[in-house]
Amino acid sequence: MFNHLNLEAMVGKWKHAVLASALAALLMPGCGPKKEQAKKNGGALDKASIAERVYVAPGEWDEFYAFLSGGFSGQLAVHGLPSGRLFKIIPVFSVDAEKGWCMNEETKAMCMTSYGFIPWGDLHHPDISQTNGELDGRWVFVNENNTPRVARVDLRYFETAEIIEIPNSAGNHASAFVTENTEYVVANTRFAVPVPQRDMPISEMKGNFKGAATFIKVDPETGRMNIAFQVLLPGFNYDLAHPGRGKSHGWFFFTSYNTEEAHTLLEVNASQNDKDFIAAINWKKIEEYVNNGGGKKMKVKAAHNIYDETTQMATTEWITEVTVVDPREVPGAIYYLPTPKSPHGCDVDPSGEYIVGSGKLSADITIHSFSKMLKAIEEGKVVDTVYGIPVLDFNATLAGVVKNACLGPLHTEFDGKGNAYTSCFISSEVIKWKLEDWNVVDRHPVYYSVGHLMIPGGNSRKPFGKYLVAMNKITKDRFLPTGPELCQSAQLLDISGDKMIMLLDFPTMGEPHYAAGIPAEKVVDKVAKIYPLEENQHPYAAKAEDEVKMVRKGNEVHIYMTMIRSHFAPDNIEGIKVGDKVYFHVTNLEQDFDIPHGFAVIGANTSEVLVMPGQTETIIWEPKKPGVYPFYCTDFCSALHQEMQGYVRVSPAGANVPMKITLDNKPIGEVITE
Amino acid sequence: MRKKVLTLGLGMSLVLGITIASCGGDGGENNDGAHAEPTHQTQNTQPQGETSEEATNPFGVGPIQEKMDLPAEIDEQLAAKGEEIFQAKCTACHKIDEKYIGPAMKGVTERRSPEWIMNMILAPEKMIQEDPVAKQLVMESNGAIMANQGLTEEEARAVLEYFRKIDSQS
Repeated sequence: MFNHLNLEAMVGKWKHAVLASALAALLMPGCGPKKEQAKKNGGALDKASIAERVYVAPGEWDEFYAFLSGGFSGQLAVHGLPSGRLFKIIPVFSVDAEKGWCMNEETKAMCMTSYGFIPWGDLHHPDISQTNGELDGRWVFVNENNTPRVARVDLRYFETAEIIEIPNSAGNHASAFVTENTEYVVANTRFAVPVPQRDMPISEMKGNFKGAATFIKVDPETGRMNIAFQVLLPGFNYDLAHPGRGKSHGWFFFTSYNTEEAHTLLEVNASQNDKDFIAAINWKKIEEYVNNGGGKKMKVKAAHNIYDETTQMATTEWITEVTVVDPREVPGAIYYLPTPKSPHGCDVDPSGEYIVGSGKLSADITIHSFSKMLKAIEEGKVVDTVYGIPVLDFNATLAGVVKNACLGPLHTEFDGKGNAYTSCFISSEVIKWKLEDWNVVDRHPVYYSVGHLMIPGGNSRKPFGKYLVAMNKITKDRFLPTGPELCQSAQLLDISGDKMIMLLDFPTMGEPHYAAGIPAEKVVDKVAKIYPLEENQHPYAAKAEDEVKMVRKGNEVHIYMTMIRSHFAPDNIEGIKVGDKVYFHVTNLEQDFDIPHGFAVIGANTSEVLVMPGQTETIIWEPKKPGVYPFYCTDFCSALHQEMQGYVRVSPAGANVPMKITLDNKPIGEVITE
Repeated sequence: MRKKVLTLGLGMSLVLGITIASCGGDGGENNDGAHAEPTHQTQNTQPQGETSEEATNPFGVGPIQEKMDLPAEIDEQLAAKGEEIFQAKCTACHKIDEKYIGPAMKGVTERRSPEWIMNMILAPEKMIQEDPVAKQLVMESNGAIMANQGLTEEEARAVLEYFRKIDSQS
C-alpha cells in the first residue's frame, strides 16, 4: 500500500505534525506553575502585611490610575492602583446600553466606519499622551484591531472624543503608541493585504501584499488626529511598536513576524525563519520628505468620528485621500534589524538607547543598541536587502542578549532604575533583568499565561517604578468558577525592592491586552465635574424650563425636555400618533457634581440615555400602539426619584388629538407644527 | 461616587438620609487623600425633634459668615444680571409668586437674612443638613432638596439683588 511517494508525503506531514504539536504544547495555557507555587505568593511576607500594601481605606484614593484595555469587549477599563478597584468602563469601540454609547443620537456616529455602523471592536493597546517624554495625562490613545481604528479618550471627561479609521490596514495591532511629544500616534497592520484592496488569488500574496505603517498627526492643543502619511512596508505581519525617546526620538520601532509571507497555516509556515525583523523607521526623515511634496496621494474611504463637547454631538467626516510613501524612495528612512524569532514585544528603555525584541519563539531576549545601529548605518553594515530595504548586520546592532531568559518572552517594561521586566507567556512568569548586564536577577510566577506587563510611565522617559501589573490570559483556579467562561486577570506586583512581591489578583473586563498607568495627581485636577450649561451648544438643548417645546415636522416629533431633581418638564405629552418618530431631547439642568439623570420610555428600541449635569442627550421612540405610556428617570437621583416620571399619550394614526405639553396641569413651552 | 444608599433609618431620617446620601459628592474636591468624614456616617448623630431648641445662626451655615453690608438702594444692573441667572439656573424649581418645587421667592428677603439666602444658594447641601430652617423647608417641600447649581459668590450676590428688587417693589 505504501509507495515511496506516499511514505515521503506522510513523513513530511508527520514532521509538520510534530512541530505543530510541540508548539501547541509550548503554547498550551495553564501548563506553567502549579497551585503549590501559588501559595508561595509573597515569599516571606505574611498575608496581612501584603494586604496592607494594597489596602486603600474607605474614602481614600488610589495612588495611580490604570487604564486596562478590554480586548474583545471593545472598551477601556479605569482601575485604581494599588487597590485594583474598578471605577469606570469607558465605552470606545462597542455600543454600551448603560451609557447609550453609539446608541443615542449624539454618539451613534462614533461607531461609523467605511464598512457602515459597527457595534463592536477589539481594543488592544492604551498609551497616554506625553510631553517631553513624560506622561502629561491629557489623552489616552487606544487601537482597534479588527476594523482598523484609533481612538482618543479625553481625560477631562473620561470619554471617547475621537475615532479615526485607518485605511489600507487590516488588523491594526502595532498601535496606538505615541511619540515623546505626542507628535504622532502610530498604527501598523498585523495582516498584510493588497493595497489598494483588489480581487486576486490568495496564493499570490508573496510580494504583492503590503503592510501600511500609518502615522497619525496629533494636534498639540486639541488632540485632534489626522493621518499624516502611510509607509507601505513589505507584506509581513507587524506586531508591536514603540517610539524612540531621548537620543532616539525621531525613530519608531516595529516588530514583524511572518517574514516568510505565509498565507496559510501560519503557526507552522510563519515560524520557519530563525530571525524576523524589527523595522526601525526614521519618521522625521519621512515627515520631511512628505512636507516637501514627497509621496503619492491615494484615494481611500475612511471614517473620522469626532465628538464635540460643546455641541455634545458626534459627527463623521470622510477621509477620501491619504499620502502613501514607498520606503525605497526615501533612502535612509528604514532599516531592518534581524531579531530572533517571530519577535512580539518591541520596547524601548527610558534612555532611548535600547530596543528590546522579545522572541516569542525563542528563549532569548534580544537587545539592540540605538547608537550601534546608527554606527552600523554609517559604516554601511548592510547584509541584505529585502524589497529594497537594507537589513543591518545582526551583530553590529546587538547590545546584548538575555540568554535562556524564559519560555515565550513577550513584553518588556522598565522601572527607570536600570531594570527591565519581561513577561513570559509559556512559562507564566515575570522576569527581572538588568540593562547593560543582561542577566536575570529575579523571577516571579504569575497565574497564568501572562501577556503584557505595565509599569505606570513604563513607556516614557520617566517610569514610576513602584508597581507592575501583569495581565493574564488564563485564570483557571484563581477565582470562584463562573461556568466555562472565566474572567481574565491582572496581578499587581511590588517592584520597589530587589525581589518582586506578589500583592494582588483582580479580575478584569474582557481581555486586558495592555494597560497604561499614571499617577493620579497628574489627572485629578483636570477632571471635569459637570458640563457648564452656558457652554452647552447642543442644537436641541432646553437650558431652562421655559425653553422646552414640542415641534412636529411631518411624522417626526421633537420634544425638548429638561430634568432636575426630581421632575421632567414637560411631564405630560399629548398629540403623538402611531407612526410618529419621537425624539426626546433631554437636558439635565443640574450643575452639581455626580447628579446624572437617566431617561427611558417603555418599548424604546434603543437604550436609556444617561445624561450628565449640563448635558443633552437624545433617545428615539417609535410607538407601535395607541395608549398612555410612562417614562421615568433611570438613575436614583434623590428622595423623590421614584416620583420622577411622566406620561406620553399615543393616539391612533390619523387622530386629531392636539399636541400638548404640560407640567402640573399647566402648559409649558411652545407647541410648533412646521 | 454615585450614592445609592438604601439602608436608611426610621421616620424623618428616611427622607433626610436619602437627601444626604445623594449630596455627599464633596470628597472630589479634596485630592490630598485625607478626606473629611463622609456625611452619611454622621447623619444620625443629631437627635430628632430638637430642631427648635438648636441655637439658630441667622446667617445659616456656609461660606458667608460675615454680616453683609448692603446699600439701601437697589443696583439695577446687578439685579438684571441676577434675574438672568435666576431664569437660567433656578426656575426649574422656583417661581417668584407661587410655591413650586421649592418656596416662592417673593418676600424671601423679608423672611431671611441676606447671608442666609447666599448660603442657601452657595452651600445647599450643608444648609439642608445643618440649618434648622432649611431642614424644615426640605420637609415642607416633600423632601425635595435644594440643588447646588454651581453659582459663584458674585452670581449668588446678583440673584440676591434681584430678590431685593422684587421685594422693594411690592
